[in-house]
Amino acid sequence: MLLKLRDITKHYRVGAEVIRALDGVDLDIAEGEYVAIMGASGSGKSTMMNILGCLDRPTAGSYELNGHRVDRMNAAQLAGVRNRQIGFVFQSFELLPRSTALKNVELPLIYSRDGWRDRRRRAREALEIVNLGDRMHHRPNQLSGGQRQRVAIARAMVNQPAILLADEPTGALDSRTTEDILRLFDELHDQGQTIIVVTHEADVAAHAARIIRMKDGRIIEDEVARPHVIRAHPPLAAVV
Amino acid sequence: MPLLLAPLRLLLVIYQSVALALSQIWANKVRSLLTTLGIVIGVASVTLVIAALTGLKDNVLGELEAFGTNKVYVLPDRQRDGPTAMLSWREINFKPDEFDDMLAHTPSLKAFTRMTSRTRPVRYADKLESMNVAGIDPDWHAVENRSVVMGRPFSLLDNEQGLPVCLIDEATRDKLGMDRDPTGEDLIIGGRRFRVVGLVEPEAQLNFGGGGPPQYSLYVPYRTLWNMDPDWRSFNWVIGAARSPDVAEEAASEIRFYLRTRRQLDAGFPDTFRVEIIEQFVQQFQTIAATVTLVAAAVVGISLVVGGVGIMNIMLVSVSERTREIGLRKAVGARPGVVLIQFLIEAVVLCLVGGLMGLLIGQGMTMAIRQIPGGSMEKAAIPIWAIVLSFGFSAVVGVIFGMFPAVKAARLDPIEALRHE
Repeated sequence: MLLKLRDITKHYRVGAEVIRALDGVDLDIAEGEYVAIMGASGSGKSTMMNILGCLDRPTAGSYELNGHRVDRMNAAQLAGVRNRQIGFVFQSFELLPRSTALKNVELPLIYSRDGWRDRRRRAREALEIVNLGDRMHHRPNQLSGGQRQRVAIARAMVNQPAILLADEPTGALDSRTTEDILRLFDELHDQGQTIIVVTHEADVAAHAARIIRMKDGRIIEDEVARPHVIRAHPPLAAVV
Repeated sequence: MPLLLAPLRLLLVIYQSVALALSQIWANKVRSLLTTLGIVIGVASVTLVIAALTGLKDNVLGELEAFGTNKVYVLPDRQRDGPTAMLSWREINFKPDEFDDMLAHTPSLKAFTRMTSRTRPVRYADKLESMNVAGIDPDWHAVENRSVVMGRPFSLLDNEQGLPVCLIDEATRDKLGMDRDPTGEDLIIGGRRFRVVGLVEPEAQLNFGGGGPPQYSLYVPYRTLWNMDPDWRSFNWVIGAARSPDVAEEAASEIRFYLRTRRQLDAGFPDTFRVEIIEQFVQQFQTIAATVTLVAAAVVGISLVVGGVGIMNIMLVSVSERTREIGLRKAVGARPGVVLIQFLIEAVVLCLVGGLMGLLIGQGMTMAIRQIPGGSMEKAAIPIWAIVLSFGFSAVVGVIFGMFPAVKAARLDPIEALRHE
C-alpha cells in the first residue's frame, strides 16, 4: 500500500469545545489509484486532505506514506516529505504572480535535495506534459484560468510525487476548462499516477475510480466505481 | 552525494533569495526607499564625519610635521597645590644664565633659544604700529630653521653685547612701508632706536586649518631686551630642537633632568617648569579626533537602530502581504529554516542597498566639502575601513531587525497561510 492510515484522529480545541474533525479514520490507497474524497463542508474532508498532504499532523493514529511513518515527523521533516512525495493542486492555483510559468514549476525543485541541478530541463518537460510548452515564459496574468491550473499541475508533477493531491481543482474554472483539467487528470492516471481529489462536485468525482464519502469526521462510504488496474509507470518516469 | 551538495544548495537558496529580495525591492521602489532612509542617513553621515575627520587629521598632522616635530618647549610652571604652591613666580621664572651649560648635558638636543616677548609700539618714519617683539638667541635660526633672505642673521656678539639690532620679516617691512631691502634702516621700538640688520624667512604656520597672523613681527637679541627693561624679564621660555623627531622625547627628559639638577629639586618635589614636545600635541589631537569619532559613531548607532526598526516594520508588512506565497512555498517543501534564511536575506539586502546609497551620498558630500575654498578639507576621503564598517553595520542591522519577521514567516502554519486572504 502506498498510503496506510490507521485510526487517524484529529481534534481541534475551539475555546472550551473540542471539535473532532477526524474521528478514527482507516484508509488504504494503493499505487496508481484515482480516488475522490467527497463530503459536505464540515465533514472533515479538508482536514483529511491536510493530513494526507502532510501539512498537518494527526492528534492520534498512524499514517504511513510510501514506507515512511509521517505521523510523528517534525515540521522540517514533513516539508521534505511534501517536497518528494506530494504534488499539490489548489483551487486558486497559488502561482507566484511575478514569476514565469517555468519559474513557478521550478519552485519545488529549488527546495529539493537532488532536483535543483537540472531543474530547468525538468520544469520544461513537466510543462510540455500539460501542453504548455509554448507558454513557458508567460506570467500567470498572461495565462487563462485553465492554463494557470495546468501550470500548477506541472508544478505538482515536476518532482514525480507519489501522490497528486488536488483540493477542489476545478472550483475556480468554467465547465469547459473543468473538462480539460479532468481529462488531464485522466491522462495522468492512465500513465500510472496516483491521484487523490478532494471535491464536493459529483461530476468531478465521477472521473475517479474510487469515491470516498465522509461525514462528521468518518468515512461513511467507500465505493469502487471501476476496478483498479495497475498501470505501467508514473508519467514522468520515462522522460526524467 | 547529497551531503556534498548540501552547501551548494544553500548557496542556491541564498542566490535565489538575493534575486528575489532585489526584485521585491524593485517592485516596491518608493516603499523600500522610505524604509531604508534611516540606514541611508546613518551611513551617509558616518562616512561624511569620518571623511572630514580623516581630512582634518591629515591636514593638522601635516602642518605639525612642517612646523617641526622635533621641537621641545620649556616653560616656567608649577602646580597650584602641593609644595610648589608656595613658590612665587619670580622664583620659578627662568633666569638668563639658567641654561648656560644645558647643551653639554642634553646630547639629544641640537640647539635651543631663550625666548621673551612683549607688544611694543614700533615707529618707522611717520608709521606707528603696535607689534609683537620677540627676544631670541642667535641659535633661534637653527631651532626654527629660519635663515635670513637679506642682510645677516644674529651673531653671538649681538647677544653678548646686547646690541640694539633687530630682524624683521616681509610682512612687517610692508606694514611699516619700508623699502624692499630694509637692512641698515633704523626703527624706534618702545622709544629706543634699533637697526634692522636682516630680513628673516617667513614663519612656518601652525594653523589648525584657519590660518592666522604671524606670531612675531620683530626679533631682537634676548640679551638686549633683558638689559633694557625689567618688564622683559617677567616671562620667558625656551624652545629647543632635538636632533631628530625620534629623540624629541629623550631631549625633553634630558632637559627635565638638567633643570631639576640645576634648580636642586629633591626627589619627589614637583617640577617648577614644564617641558612639552609637539608629539604631545599630536597625541592630544588624536585623542580629540578619537572622541569625535566615538560620538559620531554613537549618533550613527542610534540612527541605525531607528533605521533598523523601519526595516523590521517593512519586513513584517512584507511577511503579512506574502503569507499565501509563504504557505505555498512551505507546501511544496520549503523547510522553516529555508524560509527564515530567505526573509533574513531580504532584510539584509534591503539594508545593504540602503548602506550603498548612504555611502554614495556620503561620497558625494565628501567631494562637496573638498571644494570648500580655503578650508582644511582638501584631503577629506572615506577610508576603506569606513566602507567595510558601513556595510558590516548595515548587514548586522539587517540580521538583527530582520530576525523577528523572518522567524514569524518561518513559523507560519502552511494551512493557515494558504487560507490567508
